[in-house]
Amino acid sequence: MALEYLPDTDLSSKPLLCARGLYCERDDRVLFKDLNFDLSSGQIVRLAGPNGAGKSSLMRILLGLSASYEGALYWHEQDMARALYDFRSDLLYIGHDVGVKSNLTPEENLAWSCPNVTKQDIYGALKRVGLSGFEDLLTHGLSAGQQRRVALARLFLSSKELENKSLWILDEPFTAIDKHGVADLEQVIVNHAQQGGLVILTTHHDLSVPVKTIMLGQTQKASL
Amino acid sequence: MWTSLKRLYHKMGSPKWFYEISTRWSPWFLLVGSALMLTGVVWGLAFAPADYLQGNSFRIIYIHVPASLLSQSAYIMMAAAGLVGLVWKMKMSFVVAKVIAPIGASLAIMSLLTGAIWGKPTWGTWWVWDARLTSMLILLFLYFGVIAIYNAIENEEMANKAAGILAIVGSINIPIIKYSVEWWNTLHQPATITMTKKPTMAPEMFIPLLLTIIGFYCWFAVWVFARTRNELLWRERRTKWVKNLVINAPTNSGAHQ
Amino acid sequence: MNGSMKALFKRDMLLAFRSRGDLLNPLMFFLMVASLFPLAVSPDPLFLGQIAPGVIWVGALLATLLSLDLLFKSDFEDGSLEQMLLMPQPTLLMVIVKVLVHWLVAGLPLAFIAPLLGLMLGLPSGGFAPLMATLLLATPILSLLGAIGAGLTVGLRKGGMLMPLLILPLYIPVLIFASSAVQAGVLGNSYVGHMAFLGAYLALTLVVAPVATASALRISIAR
Repeated sequence: MALEYLPDTDLSSKPLLCARGLYCERDDRVLFKDLNFDLSSGQIVRLAGPNGAGKSSLMRILLGLSASYEGALYWHEQDMARALYDFRSDLLYIGHDVGVKSNLTPEENLAWSCPNVTKQDIYGALKRVGLSGFEDLLTHGLSAGQQRRVALARLFLSSKELENKSLWILDEPFTAIDKHGVADLEQVIVNHAQQGGLVILTTHHDLSVPVKTIMLGQTQKASL
Repeated sequence: MWTSLKRLYHKMGSPKWFYEISTRWSPWFLLVGSALMLTGVVWGLAFAPADYLQGNSFRIIYIHVPASLLSQSAYIMMAAAGLVGLVWKMKMSFVVAKVIAPIGASLAIMSLLTGAIWGKPTWGTWWVWDARLTSMLILLFLYFGVIAIYNAIENEEMANKAAGILAIVGSINIPIIKYSVEWWNTLHQPATITMTKKPTMAPEMFIPLLLTIIGFYCWFAVWVFARTRNELLWRERRTKWVKNLVINAPTNSGAHQ
Repeated sequence: MNGSMKALFKRDMLLAFRSRGDLLNPLMFFLMVASLFPLAVSPDPLFLGQIAPGVIWVGALLATLLSLDLLFKSDFEDGSLEQMLLMPQPTLLMVIVKVLVHWLVAGLPLAFIAPLLGLMLGLPSGGFAPLMATLLLATPILSLLGAIGAGLTVGLRKGGMLMPLLILPLYIPVLIFASSAVQAGVLGNSYVGHMAFLGAYLALTLVVAPVATASALRISIAR
């Protein structure tokens, strides 16, 4: 890969995640092409665009779950292929399917996805998402919203002292969360960005703080 | 050296290049293959001496042995093409792997059928659990698995990669399967007549066999080329070169020379 | 690194024991398949004793196939598999942990229930030791090779139908050597050579299968 990307001279705003010339097509349709962006710590980034514009495709490409794209990705200015271990160590991903097992208790669910924390930490996080008292009940007794909260509790376990996950990638995190919970969750996201984290998310919910938006689906409109 | 290798790799990865080269080479392979087959088959059927034990029925080896050999090497080729596709992300190579699967399976079926026809006069029955026939049957099963993957996975890229992995695992297993089947066979049927006895074969029998084997390889190449070109035209139907090809179709013959 | 693999092992074992029914199904199937043979062929103990090694081993192969769906399917469906593929540790390790759990809960029990089938089918007494020994040594091979098929088909709705087609041919060397080992035991012959072959095959699959499964999973998850 040629050095298409020259690092910024301003050290204070070193980008965390960079994309250069991303191109992706699906079923003979170009979803996006020549997509470039630099994302740095402290940012909240929203992937936006109409349905079918490639939001989830882009998310899966960023995550490294999809290999059907062209272009280059850099994590901490290192080629993604080489930075994979660091990238994944820093990554907290909550997807559309949250990976919560109904045959495990909330505590057990979190214990395997956050292996570096203590039981007390997990109890604390579950309290923050309003699930205290449910720690040791099997998850299949919980409502859909509560099951999502179990996954969202991971956000409270991602600080430097615990799991140390600086990059959050969240796919529709506000789904099935009540009004009060939405405000809470928004605050958590803002706090994470203020503490130097980077949050990339898709959502239909309008956040009350300014966010950087990566708009997809523009190429399609231009050609029509 | 390295740069020319790299250039060759990029050329081979280009569908247009492959299409043109295979269009040019196909007639030659067809010609050489047909000449060899004709010589080998006429020689083998009409002039080679009869086997002292099996009489004339042995003459089916001129079809059976090339089909069996080729079916096995086709599986290895398919796995190799899959490996190249997976490691170097060469799409062209996936096309070749996909195209080989049904051809290899047909060759395995041909080998089993000719084996059964041969078995009837030799053993008095259509099917015997002879080591070679059993290995060939299992090879056919391995082909079935790969073909089933292509049929089951709709996304083409996924299907190619999955079939590639299965073919690679299968090709690692082929020698083990052959070894264990042969071992099993000696355990249960120590006194069967082995079908081919290459070391003791007379040269008048062996040379025509060699000719038909090489002839089969040439025909195989023609077959693979034809199917690959077909597949390429479909995959690349939206590209410029295919459109040009179609527009110029009537006057296209020899356009590349 | 070790911590997260240990946590994964603990989680999978917990899940396995929380849904014990899923674990019992292959065992019951194993028992049923073996009892079909006396009904279909002949209850003559002498004859049954002769075919018992083969019948039990074929039953073990089929029971393993039945249980392979447990390996990745539910994790794929609820998104846990994505989380596992995004762990910083090599996917290879994750596969080894999951195969180990599969073997502990689905392969190992076959070895312990097999003597019962041996009794039912009139297996001569010399066959019991090699039956247990081959099952202990070779069921890991079945889990390892099966994981490749499970990984390739995990995203397919009809994956369960496809898996036997992909995996059974690869099981043939195991079937041949394991059932002949039992036969050798019945005849009072040594079966050390058979065990050596199975051991070598286990070593090879230990090297190849996790790598192949890991790449199969990456392909299946890429949708």
